[in-house]
Amino acid sequence: MKISRPILLGTVLACLAATSAGCGAPAANQVAVAAASDLRYALEPIIAAVEADYPDYDIAVTYGSSGQFVQQIDNGAPFDLYLSADIAYPRELIAQGHGSTDDLFAYALGRLVLWVPTGSPLDPTQGLDVLLAADRVAIANPQHAPYGQAAVAALTSAGIYDEIQPHLVLGENVAQAMEFVTSGNADVGIVALSLALSEPLQGRGTWWEVPQSAFPRLEQGGLVLTDSPGAQALREALVGAEGRQTLARFGFGLPED
Amino acid sequence: MDWQSVRLSIELATLTTVILLALGIPLASWLAFTRKRWAAPIEALVALPLVLPPTVLGYYLLVAMGAQSPLGRWWIDLTGAPLAFSFTGLLIASVLYSLPFAVQPLVASFSAVDTRLVEASNVLGRRWPTTLMRVVLPLSRPGLATAAVLTFAHTIGEFGVVLMVGGNIPGVTRTVSIDIYDDVQAFDYGAAGRTSLALLMFSLVVLVAVYSLRRRSARTWAM
Repeated sequence: MKISRPILLGTVLACLAATSAGCGAPAANQVAVAAASDLRYALEPIIAAVEADYPDYDIAVTYGSSGQFVQQIDNGAPFDLYLSADIAYPRELIAQGHGSTDDLFAYALGRLVLWVPTGSPLDPTQGLDVLLAADRVAIANPQHAPYGQAAVAALTSAGIYDEIQPHLVLGENVAQAMEFVTSGNADVGIVALSLALSEPLQGRGTWWEVPQSAFPRLEQGGLVLTDSPGAQALREALVGAEGRQTLARFGFGLPED
Repeated sequence: MDWQSVRLSIELATLTTVILLALGIPLASWLAFTRKRWAAPIEALVALPLVLPPTVLGYYLLVAMGAQSPLGRWWIDLTGAPLAFSFTGLLIASVLYSLPFAVQPLVASFSAVDTRLVEASNVLGRRWPTTLMRVVLPLSRPGLATAAVLTFAHTIGEFGVVLMVGGNIPGVTRTVSIDIYDDVQAFDYGAAGRTSLALLMFSLVVLVAVYSLRRRSARTWAM
């Protein structure tokens, strides 16, 4: 026991030294991004490309629901770039005094699908009416998640919202709604096409795209919140030719569609 | 304030407390009086929810209740509806999550009962259930009250597990803590503030009650 004490002390000191050295490293190139959870897979290759061009940038992304981020940014969350699934939210932030219209940009159009796991008795290609046969329908929380609002709008325009409403289960964001379905706890989800096309869900389900006319345009918008050059670089990558190709490949429409 | 979610939380907490006292009393009496060596791992299992993040329990419950798991399928075959996003599912989660809050105060207070009284009852030919009912439980009233109050309060305060397996259904799984979260996300600080203040007062009253009980029982033992 007597020997272990100096060793312990030494370890603690070594750890402290290591931590403070870490703290002393330049933090200027760290880029904090708040991104809507439908971007979870599409954003990765785009970030990888930016980091390949600028090896000193360290881009870290937090995924969540778009409305939730407005609330966090307004309360001082230290994000450099905010990528929302609905451009109305960054506009709201500008109205609250965060950033200016020059920092605002549209980068994609959200596409909505019905998704059921492979082997489900439900056939999503029959359209929204298939939901009437479902026991549990997962959507994102329409209170603060754009895909949830789009799902409610689609159900309302199909005239079946009142029938489906008692069967709705709400995910915190569209990725959790998807997760409710993939874990077998909900029968069908009204979710983002970008998630349906994502690598981990390949071959695990079938989907049908809800026509764009069934819900208000899900224009995805970003807002640069600080003068971080990394945030600027990521913005340019998103709206550049390569970024647009990647977004299209991952199931997003383009803003001018 | 959303009274539907308040009522739901109270229902959930009341049922959880009743179930946990019914399960906790036999379990705690066994833990308090047994000399078996494997009582320690059982005690550790009971204490697990104290140290585990609610997300761990939430994850396992979500997987276990899903249609891909045997348990989840069995339940669906039995009742026709999945366990997740249902009140029953939430109740099971709460019972697991609050287990140590019921069992630990009970074990502490059963262990404090004078063993001579228990032995006297045994020597006089009373069986264990009778001794438990007539000797141990009456002497452990403050411990019983503490267990009940803590279980109730802890269930009211449950958040992480509910967020993961609840699905936020009004009147079914939207508890008062989820309601506050939703209000904050939707910028309704007024509603969030009112509900939070009510919960703050409630928790304070609960803790004052618990510590008063504890002081009273400490005096009883001193005498």
